[in-house]
Amino acid sequence: MKNDLILDIKNLRVIYQTDLETVEAINGIDLKINKGKTLGLVGETGAGKTTTALSIMRLLPEKTGKILSGEIHFDRQELLKLSPLEMRKVRGNRIAMVFQDPMTSLNPVMTVREQIAEAIKLHNANLSNDEVDQRVETALSMVGILPSRKNEYPHQFSGGMKQRVVIAMALVCEPDLLIADEPTTALDVTIQAQVLMMIRELRDRIGTSMLMITHDLGIVAKICDDVAVMYAGQIVESGTVFDLFTGEKRHPYTQGLFDSIPSLNTRSNRLKPIQGLMPDPSNLPKGCCFAPRCQHCMDICINERPKQVIEGTHTLLCHLFADSSAAPAPQEGE
Amino acid sequence: MSQATVQTPDKIVFKKQSQAKEVWRRYKKNKGAVIGLVLFSFILILLAGANFIVPYSAATKGVFSQINQPPSSEHLFGTDSYGRDVFARVLYGGRTSLMVALLATASSCLIGSTLGAIAGYFGGRVDGVIMRSLDIFMSIPDILFTMAVVFALGANFQNLLIALTLAYFTNYVRLVRSQVLNLAEQDYVEAAKAGGSGSTRIILTHILPNAMGVIIVNTTLNVAKIILYESTLSFLGLGMPPPAPAWGLMLAEAREFMRAAPHLMFFPAVAIVVSASSINLIGDGLRDALDPKLKS
Amino acid sequence: MYRYVINRLLFLIPSVLGVIFILFLVMSMTPGDPARILLGDAASQAQVDELNRQLGYDLPFMEKYVRYVYKMVVEQDFGVSYFTKQSVFEEIWPRYKVTVSLAFIGIVLSSLIGIPFGIYTAVRQYSLWDTIPSLIAFFIAAIPSFVLGMLLLYAFSLQLNWLPSYGIESFSSFIMPALAVSIPPAAFNLRFTKSSMLESIRQDYVRTARAKGASEHTVIWKHALHNALLPVVTNVGMSLGNLICGAVVAEKLFSIPGIGSLIVDRITYKDEPVIIAGTILISVCFTVVMLLVDLIYAYIDPRIRAKYARVKG
Repeated sequence: MKNDLILDIKNLRVIYQTDLETVEAINGIDLKINKGKTLGLVGETGAGKTTTALSIMRLLPEKTGKILSGEIHFDRQELLKLSPLEMRKVRGNRIAMVFQDPMTSLNPVMTVREQIAEAIKLHNANLSNDEVDQRVETALSMVGILPSRKNEYPHQFSGGMKQRVVIAMALVCEPDLLIADEPTTALDVTIQAQVLMMIRELRDRIGTSMLMITHDLGIVAKICDDVAVMYAGQIVESGTVFDLFTGEKRHPYTQGLFDSIPSLNTRSNRLKPIQGLMPDPSNLPKGCCFAPRCQHCMDICINERPKQVIEGTHTLLCHLFADSSAAPAPQEGE
Repeated sequence: MSQATVQTPDKIVFKKQSQAKEVWRRYKKNKGAVIGLVLFSFILILLAGANFIVPYSAATKGVFSQINQPPSSEHLFGTDSYGRDVFARVLYGGRTSLMVALLATASSCLIGSTLGAIAGYFGGRVDGVIMRSLDIFMSIPDILFTMAVVFALGANFQNLLIALTLAYFTNYVRLVRSQVLNLAEQDYVEAAKAGGSGSTRIILTHILPNAMGVIIVNTTLNVAKIILYESTLSFLGLGMPPPAPAWGLMLAEAREFMRAAPHLMFFPAVAIVVSASSINLIGDGLRDALDPKLKS
Repeated sequence: MYRYVINRLLFLIPSVLGVIFILFLVMSMTPGDPARILLGDAASQAQVDELNRQLGYDLPFMEKYVRYVYKMVVEQDFGVSYFTKQSVFEEIWPRYKVTVSLAFIGIVLSSLIGIPFGIYTAVRQYSLWDTIPSLIAFFIAAIPSFVLGMLLLYAFSLQLNWLPSYGIESFSSFIMPALAVSIPPAAFNLRFTKSSMLESIRQDYVRTARAKGASEHTVIWKHALHNALLPVVTNVGMSLGNLICGAVVAEKLFSIPGIGSLIVDRITYKDEPVIIAGTILISVCFTVVMLLVDLIYAYIDPRIRAKYARVKG
């Protein structure tokens, strides 16, 4: 069972420290990704999703970002214990990452070929130039770009095409784990669907595991096997897509996310956004972080941190379900 | 594809005041910036209170025995080749230099920003005419143009102001133009246009306030640049005419007595460096405080 | 690309005509006239008028302008100095070479000192190797070049007696002027390069390069540096104006026979031909250097290069 895990994060805590303040970005999260599976990491901007991804890559901003504690097991290695050199061999080769904004994530003064070739050469020093070129062309045609465009510069491509280049670059070494950080957020809606479908297809073809960071539950439903919902640096709910979308119990925050999706089935005039804002991560409340915005907030929520409630594959972090059967699942439209 | 994005409530209120407070909070954390501000305030107080601080005027000449005296308790910074008190001259000279720098900055900012806003906002032929003329204008190096202006008009306070304005307004045209071009594409400007706001109104209420940060930082740093440039002009004999007390002029006079009275060189030089670097510190601090992203 | 170069070279023509026009315009505001200054107060008005006529000073503005341009272009004649009665061009040319070479030395030295230090301080941010050079650069940025020149003069000529205080006859006499001209822009280059480099290191594509597994060395020297140098090239070009100012100051300070000191001297005599010709020659050189800077920029930035390639069609 254990060997099926490609990624296993245990009790990860990350802070950002500046002269002005200390931000608790991640407060002890656990995440598991099974081999060949895709985990969706969902949450609002600022919940700590990107920080999680950067921690796995060990690319947190050097001067401010600090991993306080935790373990990140990747395959059979503990990433946090690797030397910088060993870590470099993992990056781009075994774990690759696609960033949010394709407009800025390509180097404007290098041709697309040079940038993809760099990723190949870094991990395959023995390849000849012709072989590298061959692989660049394969990678480009894999993402639907004419190989004849390889000598063009990023500014000659549209946003969607740039993201395809970034994806080609990430997949060219056939990584075991692909981290996609909101890969479609910066794209036009029509392009989003294309790029997303392409990611799904390539994932299946290469057989890579994937961590899909998104704030879009629609994307989760389409391409993920498991989901983790993140709020203020914590995983408030996790489980299979089935657990989350159809389970009886739902974390009030997850419920809020579902409620704020516009629906064609129910006749209502306005959306139901979650009231309030995420707590200031440099000054988190002492009880449950979601308590100030929660519709089911109880006294205990304000004073005590909730404990994990585990039911099979489904895990919740909420006082409502602490006494497993006592509290009823919150009903919609309360 | 469904757009099931997580909603963030639209109740976030950005108050103008809190933004200024936030900038001030970040500014205060910057040691260099605070030192700059304290130094500059100190300089302002010294210059404003010159009448009370030194018992001499900048023009009172001394008898022969009082010429080129080193610093003493009577003359803190010593005396110059006419027996005038150097401390008094540094203070009164500072008034002139700072006044010139502030006025020249203000006028170049006003003229340059207006032209830049017009060029950027209207674009097309207006932009073409303004920018091409500017190109030609800028192909004369500043110092040579200043020389020509002084040649034509003569060296005095007012012409110095004109020369400095002509040398520095070009920066603002380009700066404000690029800001406006950038901002004019923003959605809220489109929205204002769609709402039927007139051009002047859009420039004044939507574009300029948003370009303000960059303009403020540049203006601050410009004051320091103009102080340096003005002293250079005075040194070359293109600025304030003698016997006015001006730092550059004092240094030009000190050059002749470099061996006999090096203190004549020391004090005005320190005055220039301290005032310019304190303003630079303020400018750098403002830049970091206004754009925290830039300081990682 | 060729068409772009040709276009830019063609723009030199209206540019120079514009420069001369602006200068004539400014000159026309001048009170007083050269003949009165040359002849002194004792001369009669008739004598003054006669001399002004001989000098061509009394012509209407546009006629003077057109005639000047015609003579300059067709006969390569910049006129005769009101003051020395010599051919302006012959008077100016040797001095022009001195000023231009001083500015050229300044641009080379200030880049060679400022840019590498700027890169280094950015890479070693917050270490002593950053703090000390940055602090020095910060102070130098607040010292006008004439003050720096005076300090050098005081230290190396008066106190230590190592270097001669004037002239350009020997190599050693060239050291101080060269330093005075290049150190202030070197400090500016350091500060500019440093902030450009820091900006570049923060960019997303640098993170992408790291995510590929590139070494820190590759990330900085290959990805960050190339991008950081783009604005630096423009900045070096822009500093040429300050360098010419520095050269003028150095000429005065170290008694070097350059064009700047010539113009400053002749201002007192209202020697219009010399002032205009000197300014034109320097401006042309300035414009040509700016063109070169633009071409270098276009060469190293594919985005700009592509824009010009498209203009060709």
